[in-house]
Amino acid sequence: MKLSEIIKNLDAKVVNASDLDKEIVGGYCGDFLSVVMGKAPENGGWFTIMNNQNVAAVASLTEVGVIIICDGVEPDPYLDKKVRDIGLDLIITPYPVFEAVKKSGL
Amino acid sequence: MSDALHLEFEVSGNNFVSAGGASDEVKKTLKMLGIGAQYIRKVAIAMYEGEINMVIHAGGGRAIVDIYREKIVIVLKDQGPGIPDIDLALTEGYSTATDNIRDLGFGAGMGLPNMKKYTDEFNLESEVGKGTTVTMVVNFF
Ligand SMILES: Nc1ncnc2c1ncn2[C@@H]1O[C@H](COP(=O)(O)OP(=O)(O)O)[C@@H](O)[C@H]1O
Ligand SMILES: [Mg+2]
Repeated sequence: MKLSEIIKNLDAKVVNASDLDKEIVGGYCGDFLSVVMGKAPENGGWFTIMNNQNVAAVASLTEVGVIIICDGVEPDPYLDKKVRDIGLDLIITPYPVFEAVKKSGL
Repeated sequence: MSDALHLEFEVSGNNFVSAGGASDEVKKTLKMLGIGAQYIRKVAIAMYEGEINMVIHAGGGRAIVDIYREKIVIVLKDQGPGIPDIDLALTEGYSTATDNIRDLGFGAGMGLPNMKKYTDEFNLESEVGKGTTVTMVVNFF
């Protein structure tokens, strides 16, 4: 599914999006970084409520397609800067994780 | 074995929010060398976990990396408190991380199990009061 469709489905605010036509395939929900690293699929959506810059490290190392911060949580200033610096896609949805997954269409 | 690309990193012990720099460098290097994406992912995950462990549990350490044509050898060395019970530490879900470290998303107790799972060779040596050395090998085939 295209990133642009996910953004629409989730009424998401875009913090950084390099390519709105990018294909996102599958996803994973989690906040424990080690668990996410072990299980998140490449190019998938990562649904989380974590908002510090470790999120960027994990997303970059595992090549997550888009970070989806749920429940309207804002990335902290370090994460906000880091995703722009290294070119990671990050969006914020007002919906809680369970709702967000359902609405995303992924 | 003589044509290795040798890299060393100091992993600082006082900033576990920005940790991951060494893993990131190694990942970039492997990409530049044209190593397959599936191997790079394994290396990146295993090394990040090891780096984070040195930061969280050992007050920092050193990463010594040798890249060969057919494999990468990663040695993570610290002079932290050591691990009293290695079998227990290797158990999925076992963690001594504090609540504030968990708030940052670490401390799931999946680090060492991930490192073992994503590498072709994994060796952990530790002495209480002296430190810990982790050696990991990922084959590129
Ligand atoms: N380099 C290290 N020095 C000292 N203790 C360590 C080190 N690495 C791991 N440990 C111990 O092993 C436990 C399990 O490690 P790990 O599986 O990575 O889980 P976590 O880091 O989430 O606690 C840690 O909680 C810690 O007690
Ligand atoms: Mg760990």
